[in-house]
Amino acid sequence: MAAIFTPKVVTANALLEGDVVYLTDADTWSRDLEQAEVLTDEADAQIRLIEASARVDEVVGVYLAEVTPGSTGPEPAHFREAFRATGPSNYSHGKQSEAL
Amino acid sequence: MYRYTDFDAAFVATRNAQFRAQVERRIDGSLTEDEFKPLRLMNGLYLQLHAYMLRVAIPYGTLNSAQLRQLAYIAERWDKGYGHFTTRQNIQFNWPKLRDVPDMLDALAEVQMHAIQTSGNTIRNVTADHFAGAAADEIADPRPVAELIRQWSTDHPEFQFLPRKFKIAVTGSPNDRAVTKAHDIGLRMIRNDAGKPGFEVIVGGGLGRTPVIGKIVRDFLPEADLLPYLEAVVSVWNLLGRRDNKYKSRIKITVHEHGIDDIRARVEDRFALLRPAFSGVDQQLFAQIKSDFAPPAFEDRDTAPFDQAYEQDSVFRSWADTNLSDHRAPGHAIAQISLKAHGATPGDASADQMRVMADLAARYGHDELRISHEQNIVLPHVHKADLPAIHAALKEAGLATANIGRISDIIACPGMDYCALATARSIPIAQEIATRFDQLKLEHEVGDLKIKISGCINACGHHHVGHIGVLGLDRAGVESYQITLGGDHTENAAIGQRTGPGFAADEIVPAIERIVDTYLSERLSADEAFIDTFARVGMTPFKTALYGENDKRAKAA
Ligand code: SF4
Repeated sequence: MAAIFTPKVVTANALLEGDVVYLTDADTWSRDLEQAEVLTDEADAQIRLIEASARVDEVVGVYLAEVTPGSTGPEPAHFREAFRATGPSNYSHGKQSEAL
Repeated sequence: MYRYTDFDAAFVATRNAQFRAQVERRIDGSLTEDEFKPLRLMNGLYLQLHAYMLRVAIPYGTLNSAQLRQLAYIAERWDKGYGHFTTRQNIQFNWPKLRDVPDMLDALAEVQMHAIQTSGNTIRNVTADHFAGAAADEIADPRPVAELIRQWSTDHPEFQFLPRKFKIAVTGSPNDRAVTKAHDIGLRMIRNDAGKPGFEVIVGGGLGRTPVIGKIVRDFLPEADLLPYLEAVVSVWNLLGRRDNKYKSRIKITVHEHGIDDIRARVEDRFALLRPAFSGVDQQLFAQIKSDFAPPAFEDRDTAPFDQAYEQDSVFRSWADTNLSDHRAPGHAIAQISLKAHGATPGDASADQMRVMADLAARYGHDELRISHEQNIVLPHVHKADLPAIHAALKEAGLATANIGRISDIIACPGMDYCALATARSIPIAQEIATRFDQLKLEHEVGDLKIKISGCINACGHHHVGHIGVLGLDRAGVESYQITLGGDHTENAAIGQRTGPGFAADEIVPAIERIVDTYLSERLSADEAFIDTFARVGMTPFKTALYGENDKRAKAA
């Protein structure tokens, strides 16, 4: 039985800064999950993943992360992705303290 | 202070130059991540959840003031103004940018430091008691032994392809502060009935996925037999150890599968063969290393300033009572600086704080600092007369928290706030527990109680050996915390027992409170520590407090 495909975004860490980034539909990398392109078709998602993985001089560790659609854009489906989208909880460091 | 005899500045400079070129080639795209990753890992550069992380080695957890000042400089210049001291007695910088890392490595090399990681299936770093050379209860300084083992094992031709990594810890004191029973080999320096120095050899301990307390394989090994005996143990395991399954390859599993008696017999046979080959060169080397670790010249001074402050200043007295330990030299003390201010991140120090500690070490502490695996900083050699001044300076820098060994002196790994392997967070749990017990003002009444928190089964937070251990897990997409009780990291090492089902993040602090309340009502007197009460009354009252008399959840456990 084929599992139902849940919405995904392409995510990675920026090569130079290490920041968490998301692939937008304009093929740019955004630090903001809400800007990410939401992929609802499995074949599509695989193609976008392969394309993004080839951008070796921009990002590291590309993978598909599950999201749920929200009113202002995709929201993380799992708490790990929620922490990646926000930054650490002990200090206001990382993307939560920097203008996007 | 001792410096590596084979610490080769030229070698480090070459490695740094190579890595600089590798970083350039990675940035311009000529190296892929698959090619680059092993190179950066060898140089201590990891990719964590939100950023890169640079892990800097601190051999035997020992630093001088110039080194700590340089770490402060690096934190400010290239990171976010702080560093995180880990349970592995090293320091991590959580926010380096890839392009800056070669400069950071060069800055480290200026003070004879590096981030080169021991890796592969070899004999890894040898660890020793963080009070080594200072503790009053010490039979002998364990660091020369650790250094002898390090020199013998580095590039040992027979041991480059072991079944898995292999870790050794040495303590020179009957009060084990090096967690020797949780290492592949633990060595306790002892004297036999005739007063001769030697070792009790413990084998097959370890934490992680399968926690095991090490077993005694030889109860007295004469000092001069150390290296041939170690060689025998490692070579027996090299032959028997399982290479088919990495979860079964550590020596703890080999000992479990073959039994300690079988292992002992094989080791003795092998030892008998190997012993004659050691002609005594190792003992000459040992003597030389010992002289490198000679203690500083301790002054004999009046301790009146200490006695006066202790008498008159209750804040100082409280700090002295919790944070000082007995020193072997008269008039001296070992002072621990807590990096566990209530509500702060365990193990973090700001650049300013590092500089304050460096200055204190230079001025009062024979220029020596240690990092403990409990994530605190140690001034191993201070004269008591100087302690009031030291305390005043620490207070000014927010470093005078009087909580060593108390409930808020929590070991916590970085967990899911930083670590890419984590299954849940650990830092906020530590912060909340410490803040709560500070509010309750119960900390000193509760006394000696060690909470240790890990964010996944790799157990970097040593939760198995915490009096109260907390393990963060991912249960169906929710952070869930499993509690263990009765773990012990000392010479009476024990693995904690699970209380039952886990707790959600917002249930964990109330759960810890119920455990502490139960202890306070069960203990015979204020002199009975948590771990002793637990040993006497067992799990039942704690389980009832946590889950209720007939709670279904308790039954399900
Ligand atoms: S115990 Fe797990 S989460 Fe914590 S530092 Fe180790 S690997 Fe990371």
